[in-house]
Amino acid sequence: MENNVVLSMKGICMTFPGVKALENVDFNLKKGEIRALMGENGAGKSTLIKCLTGVNKFEAGEIYLDGIDGPIVNKDTMDAQKKGISTVYQEVNLCPNLSVAENLFIGREPMTKIRTVNRKKMNEMAAKLMKDLDLDVDVTQNLEEYSLALQQMIAIARAVDMDCKVLILDEPTSSLDDNEVAKLFGMMRRLREQGVGIVFVTHFLEQVYEVCDGITVLRNGTLVGEYSIEELPRVKLVAAMMGKDFDDLASIKPEGSGDKSKEPLVIDAKGLSHAGTIKPFDLEIHKGEVIGLTGLLGSGRSELARVIYGADRAQTGTLKVKEKEVTIKNPIDAMNLGMGLLPDDRKAEGIIGDLSVRENIILAMQAKLGIFKKIPMAKQIEIADKFIEMLQIKTASRETLIKQLSGGNQQKVILARWLATNPDFLILDEPTRGIDIGTKTEIQKLVIKLAEDGTSVIFISSEIEEMLRTCNRMAVLRDGSKVGEISGEELSQEGVMKAIAGGAK
Amino acid sequence: MDKLKKITKMKLFLPIFSMILVMMINVIYDIASGNPPLSFFTISINNGILYGRLIDVLNRGSEVAILAIGMTLVVSASAGTDISVGSVMSLSGGLCCMLLAGYGVTNVSEYNVPLWAGMLAGIAIACVCGLFNGFLVAYMNIQPMVATLILWSAGRAIGLLLCNSNIVYVRVPSFQFFGGYCGIIPTPIIIAAVCVAIASVVLRVTALGTYIQSVGINKKASRISGFNSAKIILLCYVICGLCAGISGLVATCRIYSADTNNIGLNMELDAILAVALGGNSLGGGKFNLAGSIIGAYTIQAITTTLYALGVSSAQAPVFKAIVVILIVVIQSQPVKDYFKKLSAKKAAAKEAVQA
Repeated sequence: MENNVVLSMKGICMTFPGVKALENVDFNLKKGEIRALMGENGAGKSTLIKCLTGVNKFEAGEIYLDGIDGPIVNKDTMDAQKKGISTVYQEVNLCPNLSVAENLFIGREPMTKIRTVNRKKMNEMAAKLMKDLDLDVDVTQNLEEYSLALQQMIAIARAVDMDCKVLILDEPTSSLDDNEVAKLFGMMRRLREQGVGIVFVTHFLEQVYEVCDGITVLRNGTLVGEYSIEELPRVKLVAAMMGKDFDDLASIKPEGSGDKSKEPLVIDAKGLSHAGTIKPFDLEIHKGEVIGLTGLLGSGRSELARVIYGADRAQTGTLKVKEKEVTIKNPIDAMNLGMGLLPDDRKAEGIIGDLSVRENIILAMQAKLGIFKKIPMAKQIEIADKFIEMLQIKTASRETLIKQLSGGNQQKVILARWLATNPDFLILDEPTRGIDIGTKTEIQKLVIKLAEDGTSVIFISSEIEEMLRTCNRMAVLRDGSKVGEISGEELSQEGVMKAIAGGAK
Repeated sequence: MDKLKKITKMKLFLPIFSMILVMMINVIYDIASGNPPLSFFTISINNGILYGRLIDVLNRGSEVAILAIGMTLVVSASAGTDISVGSVMSLSGGLCCMLLAGYGVTNVSEYNVPLWAGMLAGIAIACVCGLFNGFLVAYMNIQPMVATLILWSAGRAIGLLLCNSNIVYVRVPSFQFFGGYCGIIPTPIIIAAVCVAIASVVLRVTALGTYIQSVGINKKASRISGFNSAKIILLCYVICGLCAGISGLVATCRIYSADTNNIGLNMELDAILAVALGGNSLGGGKFNLAGSIIGAYTIQAITTTLYALGVSSAQAPVFKAIVVILIVVIQSQPVKDYFKKLSAKKAAAKEAVQA
């Protein structure tokens, strides 16, 4: 093994039923290096990592790890951890109903003399760990008490704490806000100095250039190349990932589509609120308008949308849909008024994992029709095929279980589920989270196309650039209340930042 | 070879395989003891009614088969089991007999109220029990086993109360008919067949199956997609109660008396086992009704076989347990994986030889 190399994977091959997931992929990582693993959805990033950590069994190839003679094969993640490979996956894979301390030390709890768990010591150790990482967490509380972002940080803390040689971060930043990302990067740099090799999987290009030393690019399960960061500027990286030149995103919004205030009102909310999540707000949305909700993570962006949709029931205020006053008790009421909601937590609230792509697509349509009007199988197949083709969903067949698809394709299926209902008003909560740049553009274009056809859209995203590209108007939220709206000239990166920070009225 | 592969890949392969396994034991036993080898399958007509071990399995298995319908839906939608069905059976039979005989009367030869009223009341009380269970599970978020534990203990006791702690006999032919014979065929077989047929038609023509599975797999996502998850779960428990009611009446008519202490005793376990033997995950989600029904009759086939082998009813549970362990292990994932590996190796070896 070469000097300084901590991990070397050679010629990895792996097949899923019907799909060649990885073909002859190499991956090398040096000590004290942060290497980005880049590629579009379904390029094989997650699969490669799962091969490394023993979740997937690869068919051919060898893995070498510093300090171990000969090729290694990990039986499972426990085995990988023992060898010094720790992972934090895209979605938080901890136990929500255990305490933070228990989650941190699960499987390696400090013991008392009589071989019971030494809770006092465990809590002390956990508290110290949290303090070292500058996290404000009560370690005796259940994990589920904390936001997704904090849970993610705790997951990383857990991985970091297990003396690891290789730390794999699979989309760790997709649910973190800027502050937390900065904190995480601090943590990563500290680890780099200690000689840990870090594999960083992300879709945020800026972050790659902020923190990484090298980039490995995959496309369609094959290796495109291994580069140092200087060798591969942004445009070249995008080209390498997509295999074609980067479709410039800046100009997808047609000219003169800004002002929709003369169009009829679709949503007219007055004083809606839900205790504990969102304070009373007013919001007007016109036909064919794309309105962005912006604010820091946890500022009430998602919660505002959920109240309109009835996912959380409004406790005060009135809601008019198409000029008619309505009460929405449940999502189905909202759906019957022509609404749809694509939730931000795809795994928990989006996909029905054990059902097929077809069943997932027709789900909302079936719910609207009711239990007694089953959509005939031929019709189901027709609808499913139409959307698989239209959104270019990559799946082995329409009967493949949705949980076997990559994240971006799952998202497309959920999108198809709502498009199938022909909504007048669609709420998209982080529709592009964890999705590659090509698909992101597709989704953004789709949103604009929908708006042109008269659908109103609430678009929620953590990426301001993306919202600027798609939205006619933005509502700004801070600490659970709507603090203002920006439109027209103010719609710029700077204007939005200012508004979020508290500069706007 | 390809055909064989296709067959083993079928969803119902293992439940059917288990059933055949049990039948094979019969055949082997018959050969060993000098009987005609297919005597298990022999159906004859004695005294104007169908007779034979197979008929016995179908007849005696009716109650569990009916219960398995409801249990399958409950397991799928709520990832839990309804352990009250045995007690609810007893309660439903008890109320029906109490009404037919009149309170405090233990032996009648004519009805106190019309037969249909008694039966309807029995089924209605079972549905109310289902409603109660479903309310606790779906709206109060109580774990299914805990929620149904209430009626598991109270249901039978209420039945006993209604019957004034007596065994109430209803010696009327039209009552006995439902546990006896309809022409040459045992009536319970027909009732079970009708229940299964209705259930499968409902699942085929309505979207109920999709609703239940979707809610069972991901309750939150189902709600966002417009399903009223709580209502669906409630509905499943009501259906389960309904099935327990029908099953309870069949069991009661069979012995034309409300023996509330014994009707449906431990039957909930058989119903749960039937669901599991049918290849359904008790963790909820996807379900296969046909599998559960086959599972139900498999359980009865085991019992009948053991009696035919001369095992006493006190010892039967031990042997039953052994057979159940075998079947469950055959269906388990590690064993499936092992066989998959084995066949892959064989194929590889074959290829190597051909090359």
